[in-house]
Amino acid sequence: MDSLQETWVYLSASPLFHLTLTLAAFQAANWLFEKVGRNPLLNPVLGAVLLVVAVLLVTGTDYGTYFEGAQFVHFLLGPATVALAVPLYRQWHRVRQSAVAITVSLLSGSLTAILTAVAVTWALGGSTEIAASVAPKSVTAPVAMAIAEELGGLPSLTAVLVIVTGILGAMFGPAILNLIGVRDWRARGLAIGTASHGIGTARALQVNETAGAFSGLAMGLNALATALLLPAVWGLLSRLFAL
Amino acid sequence: MLSFMTLVLSCQLAGELVVGAAGLPVPGPVVGMVFLFCYLLIRGDIPGHLDRVTTGLLRSMSLLFVPAGTGVILHFRLLGEALLPLSAALIVSTVATIVVTALMMRWFDKGDADG
Repeated sequence: MDSLQETWVYLSASPLFHLTLTLAAFQAANWLFEKVGRNPLLNPVLGAVLLVVAVLLVTGTDYGTYFEGAQFVHFLLGPATVALAVPLYRQWHRVRQSAVAITVSLLSGSLTAILTAVAVTWALGGSTEIAASVAPKSVTAPVAMAIAEELGGLPSLTAVLVIVTGILGAMFGPAILNLIGVRDWRARGLAIGTASHGIGTARALQVNETAGAFSGLAMGLNALATALLLPAVWGLLSRLFAL
Repeated sequence: MLSFMTLVLSCQLAGELVVGAAGLPVPGPVVGMVFLFCYLLIRGDIPGHLDRVTTGLLRSMSLLFVPAGTGVILHFRLLGEALLPLSAALIVSTVATIVVTALMMRWFDKGDADG
């Protein structure tokens, strides 16, 4: 029993355990997702996060210890973002044909994301700090966190809101697009990528390569658009509402 | 695999360097994506090794968000206090963004629609 205890102490302090936990939780969540015919309600990112959180709470592990192992997975977000150049290159002829439409749609989507998030938060009594944390939630995590910090929000809260937004977009985006009758893969991809960054893009890539490429493009462009637009919009809102 | 990782990481590193030096408001990997894209444009095709490994990496991209998502345990209290404004804001804003972007794209795009 003592040796078991010691082994646990050793393992829980080494990165191996939490790295394996992350992969195993995702594999289990993904297996379930496939098993139920890719029902969006059983989104694998959501399932894996819930599983990992449950294990951390039960074992009394803090997030810092967990992240020492999980950082190796987290690190791959950078290379995966770079790799989005490949589907983009493959779809480049389609992107060029629609350059004007993409620019207009993306800017409209980016502004909609910012304004609705801030307006609803304020309307329902959220503080300015919360509003600043939620404002950049449609953009990929590193950019969103940097923007939130600049506006006086909480970057680590923003990271969570970004992930939840991504999961929401991946879960309900396809159904919403069906409902409004948008079937074109380019429009579907662009909408999912603008609203829900990399998690939406990961989902779009599984469904259709054109949608995946447009989603990846939207994710990159929206990071840029939000980084440039949001500080100005925030300044304007602050002046209007005398915050 | 090795040449792929070298190429992708070099693009990312170059992206980080440019962002740091120029003080750009975008993350290094997004600039790295632009660099890799330009490399492919100049080259004129996708090297076989890059194609294979990219497909694998992007197919399991969802996994990569699990560590950041688990950060939710840091904010249980705050999320509980602001549960209504936060959940309403995320749901309304995500739906509105998807609808506006998709409809604008349909409205303005006169290109081929059979993709």
